[in-house]
This record gives sequence, C-alpha cells and structure tokens, in this order.
Amino acid sequence: MAIVTQSTREVTPTPAPVQSARSPRRRIGDRVFSALATGSGIIILVILAMVAGFLLMQALPALTTSPAELEAKGYGPFWSWILPFAWGTVWASFWALLMAVPVSIGIALFISHYAPRRLASGLGYVIDLLAAVPSVVFGLWGIIVLAPAANPLYLWLNVHLGWIPFFSGQASGTGRNLLTASIVLAVMILPIITSLCREVFLQTPVLHEEAALALGATRWEMIRMSVLPFARAGIVSSVMLGLGRALGETMAVAMVLSGAPVITLEILTSQNPNTIAAVIAQNFPEAYGLKTNQLIAGGLALFVITLLVNSGARLIMSRYKEFSGAN
Amino acid sequence: MSTLTATRANPLTAGQLPSFAPWVALAASVVTGGIVDSLGFGGFDLPTTVFLGAVIFLPVIYLLTRMVEGRRAAADRLATALMAGAFLLALLPLVSLLWETVSNGLPRFDGTFFSWSMRNVIGAGGGAIHALYGTLIITGIATLIAVPIGLMTAIYLVEYGRGALANAITFFVDVMTGIPSIVAGLFAYALMAIVFGPGTVNGFAGAMALSVLMIPIVVRATEELLRIVPNELREASYALGVPKWRTILAVVLPTSLSGIVSGVILAIARIIGETAPLMIAAGFTNSINTNPFANPMMTLPVFVYDQYAHPGIEREFYNERAWAGAMTLIVLVMVLNLIGRFIAKRFAPKSGR
Repeated sequence: MAIVTQSTREVTPTPAPVQSARSPRRRIGDRVFSALATGSGIIILVILAMVAGFLLMQALPALTTSPAELEAKGYGPFWSWILPFAWGTVWASFWALLMAVPVSIGIALFISHYAPRRLASGLGYVIDLLAAVPSVVFGLWGIIVLAPAANPLYLWLNVHLGWIPFFSGQASGTGRNLLTASIVLAVMILPIITSLCREVFLQTPVLHEEAALALGATRWEMIRMSVLPFARAGIVSSVMLGLGRALGETMAVAMVLSGAPVITLEILTSQNPNTIAAVIAQNFPEAYGLKTNQLIAGGLALFVITLLVNSGARLIMSRYKEFSGAN
Repeated sequence: MSTLTATRANPLTAGQLPSFAPWVALAASVVTGGIVDSLGFGGFDLPTTVFLGAVIFLPVIYLLTRMVEGRRAAADRLATALMAGAFLLALLPLVSLLWETVSNGLPRFDGTFFSWSMRNVIGAGGGAIHALYGTLIITGIATLIAVPIGLMTAIYLVEYGRGALANAITFFVDVMTGIPSIVAGLFAYALMAIVFGPGTVNGFAGAMALSVLMIPIVVRATEELLRIVPNELREASYALGVPKWRTILAVVLPTSLSGIVSGVILAIARIIGETAPLMIAAGFTNSINTNPFANPMMTLPVFVYDQYAHPGIEREFYNERAWAGAMTLIVLVMVLNLIGRFIAKRFAPKSGR
C-alpha cells in the first residue's frame, strides 16, 4: 500500500507542469469559442431590443404628429384609430379561448390518461399535425369551406338565441363574421394548449394517482383529486400562451373578416371589428407615408400586449422548466 | 342498484354494465339521431346526424350507468365520453382541411403550376415557380442566419451559461417564441426603412423576419438535446486533457447531431408557411426574382393569399391556383416533418433519454 502511494506520488505531476500544460494556444481556442457562444446569446437580447427599438422609431411619427394634422390627412388620432381593433383582438381571442380551452384539456386528458398506452403518442402526433398546417391554409379553409358550412348554424343561433346580445343583430349572409374567425383561431391554438397540458398531466406523481385509485376512486375522481390540482398552474400558463398565439395570429382573421372600425358585442353580423394583426396585414402593402407609421405603431401595441401575456405565462410556468412553446 | 345486484348470480360482475353496453347505446343514439334528423330537420345528412347522435348519447349513457352502477360510475362514464368526444371534435377540422385542400388543389397540381410564373397571366394557366424560388431562397437565408446563432446560444446556455445573463437569455428566448409573426415582419421592414430608406422591400428583409421567428425554435430544440448528452462523455474527454471547446465540437455535438439536424428541419417546417411577415417585408410580385437584395420576392404562402385576395375577373382560376399553392405548402411541411422525425428516430444515440 505504501509503495503504491509512493509510486502514484512520483507519477502525479507537480503544479508547475499543470500550468505549462494549459499553454496560451489552448486557452485562445477556449476563449474564442466561449466568446462566440456568449456573443450569440447576447445577439438574441440585442435582436429583441432592436425589435422594440426600431418599431418605436418607426411608430413615433404616428404617435407624435398632432391629432389635428392626422385628422386633416384622414388617418384619425392614433388611440381612437386603434381602440376598435384592440377590442376586436381581445373579443376574437376570448371566443377562441372559450372554444379551445375545454376541448384541449379534454384531448390532453384523453391522450395522457384514457387512451391505450400504445396509441397515445400516435394520437398526440395527429393533434400536432394541426399545428403544422400553415396559417394561410387555415385562412383559405376558413373562408371557402367553414364559413358557408357554418352559416346555417349562425342563422339558427341568430333566430332562436337572438335575445342573447352576442347573437343579436342582422346576421351576415355569408358566414364571414367574428365567430368564424374565432373558430379558426380556436383550431389553430388548440394544438399548443393540448401539448402543454399533456406534458403537465403526465408529470403528475404516479403515487398520487395510485393513492386515489387505491381509495376506490373512479378514473374521473382520480383525475379531479390528483391530476387537476397538480396541473393547475400549468393549465393557466398554457392557456395564456394560447392567448398569446391567438392575439398575434394574422392570416386566418385577415382572410375571414372584412372588418369595420366598430366596437360591438355582436359576433354574427357582417359589421365586425377587425383585429390589430389583421388590419396591419390588410392595409400594409398599399400603405405609404404616415399610414405606414400608424400601422407600425399598431404593431408595437400588439408586441407590447403579447409580450406582457407571454411573460406572465412564462413566470407562472418557470416552475416547470422542462417545456416551452418551442418544443 | 341494490335490487339489481341482488338478482345477479356472479358477485364479481354484479351491478355492472356489460362491456358492450356503451357501444350499443352509442349505435342506438346515432340511429335515433338519424331518424330525428330526417323527420325534424329537413332531410338526412351525416354531420347533423352524428351531432344529434352525440347529443342524445351523453344523457343516455349517464342515465343508463346511473341506474345500474350508481352516480359515481355514471360521472366517470360521462367524463370518458366527453374526452373521447373532444378528441374526435378536433379531428373534424383536420380531416376537413386536408380533404378540401387535396380535392381542390389536385386539378391545378400539374406541370404548368411548377414551371410557370404569374407574369402576364390573366385568367387560366400560370403557376407558382416564382413563389417556389422565393420560398426556397428566403427560407434558405433565414436558416443560414438562425442556425449558427441558435446553435451557439444553446451551447452557451448548456456549457457556459451561469448567473444572471444565462437566466435572462433563457427567459427572453421563451418570450421570443411568442412574438407575433407580423411583428417580426414589421421589425424587418422598419430596419430596412431606417438603413436603406422607406419602402425597401426585398427577399433579404423577409429572411430576417423569418430568422427572428426561427432562432428561438432552434435554441429550444438544440438546448434540450445538448442537456441529455451524458456528463460522463464530457468528463472522459476532459480527463484525456482535451480542451473544452474541442470537447464540445468533437464529443458533445456529434453525440446529439441527429437530434439537432431533425430540430433544424422541424424549425424550417415551422417557418416555411409564415405568411404575414413575408407580405410586409418581402412584398408581392408576379415575376421570378432570384436576387434577394433587390426588388420584391414572391413566396408560396403569400402567393396563396394573393391569389385568393386579389383575383381577376374569372375568380375560379385564381381559387384553383390558391388551393394548389396550399396543397404544395402542406406537402412541403408534411415531408419536412416526416424527414425530421425519421432522422430523430433512426439516428438517435442509444444512450439518450
């Protein structure tokens, strides 16, 4: 034993060679590489700052020009211009969430706790297919297929449930209304809410579930007692991420709605408020001068709103670090 | 409940519905729905029948189970039916969308579509070759910008990142995934307007908008893969005296290469269908333009929108081209998805997960 220690001691390099082994040449490689990596990370922060900065610079003319001058040129003051569209954005997203959230939670539970194990990942892939469809195709489908198909339902709602403020008014004859846009939005945000909820449901401690089952709970009671309480924060933040998607989604709304600058609760008429994103998409290609600045200012407003919603969702979700919208 | 259980012979299955009962109830409900539909709602059609059948089935299965098995089992069956129903409900738009796209897109999914541009085309004929070129060029440039930045950021986060900067980058990468695509387009437009003067619209601006959207996707996908590379591999490499940067290049990256490649392909599939940012930053044109640094450049999603939104007098030709473009897009996205998933599965390292 003593001999072994001695021999090791002989082999063990003294501090001096260690220093020389880290020759300057090697250190340069390490330093360059870590600088590159850190630099890339910083570039991302710079890009985000640039997004905010350049939008602000281009939006300023629309925000600072005096209301009288804007009025004279036919654009209207910025805040009164954007208010109907901000309302339309919120209102369309609200209906989309109302339809998408219960369905997505149901699907997520179905895949995580009801479907046979062998099928589960395949079923998840089918739902992910919905997320892969480009938004412009959803828009085309919404306006050419969904709107005419759903129009009888709208007329029925308008006639029989017209006493509810949402369904009142003169129903649109073409089905091009806010509800159609919201249905398309709901289909588009469904996969993201589903996949995030599924991840959270699968993280429920198995011991909790088995304890509930061992006490004689049915499967539904087990879900209510162990899965849903555990997943509450995850559900809230996935709904907020879905909301962020819905607020910023452009093409589906831009193709379905013709849009009018009105603030109304009615969702079946042909006079529906447009969303901010859609009004930018519809007007930007032909815009010039101050109009461009006004639309960019609208984009800045949308950026700030979605930033707040997404940051809130991320803060709630930070306790589940493993997943995000990008995977 | 107790009276029924008393009459059963087998105590184990007593008080339970036989396993075929829900299916029988479902079939009966759909048939009833069909009868109600043809009598009361003006003629038989499949969607209404299925809808009515589902509406009838829910109370039927609840009451049936409640009578035989009790309240708690009834709630359980109702929940099961609702969740399976939610899944089927979500399949409805998917199937309808794929069916309509393929059936409407096939008539113009032909040679002319892939060899003609829209230059001087009014009415029939014409194609999307200019848009295909544009999509390939713009997506290619966006990938060239986004992959190095995304990959190096992921390496920073996994191998170097500690403290406030790493936390900030992680947080803002997450926030970046939520940027509305149209805002990315406005950013590229604003950047070009400030640097080259207002109204500068070209392929490179479009590529910049797309790379803003693509970077966070690449970072998240890559970061996740680098984290599952076993630490033993890194330590073995350090023990041999290999410096850190060569360890990353020669050990960490090759181990996770298949996953990174598939992540990049999936990221491309995600951005290739983006419409709004390209409308704003890359513009519209009917001609082939292969120079990304001057003049507007058409892309496939914008082509679809343009054909639908700005039709000529004979609307049907424009709609046909829009559907054919949509079908091309879906085929592209699906093929990219399949390749990505295939690579991830086929070449995955054995030690992973």
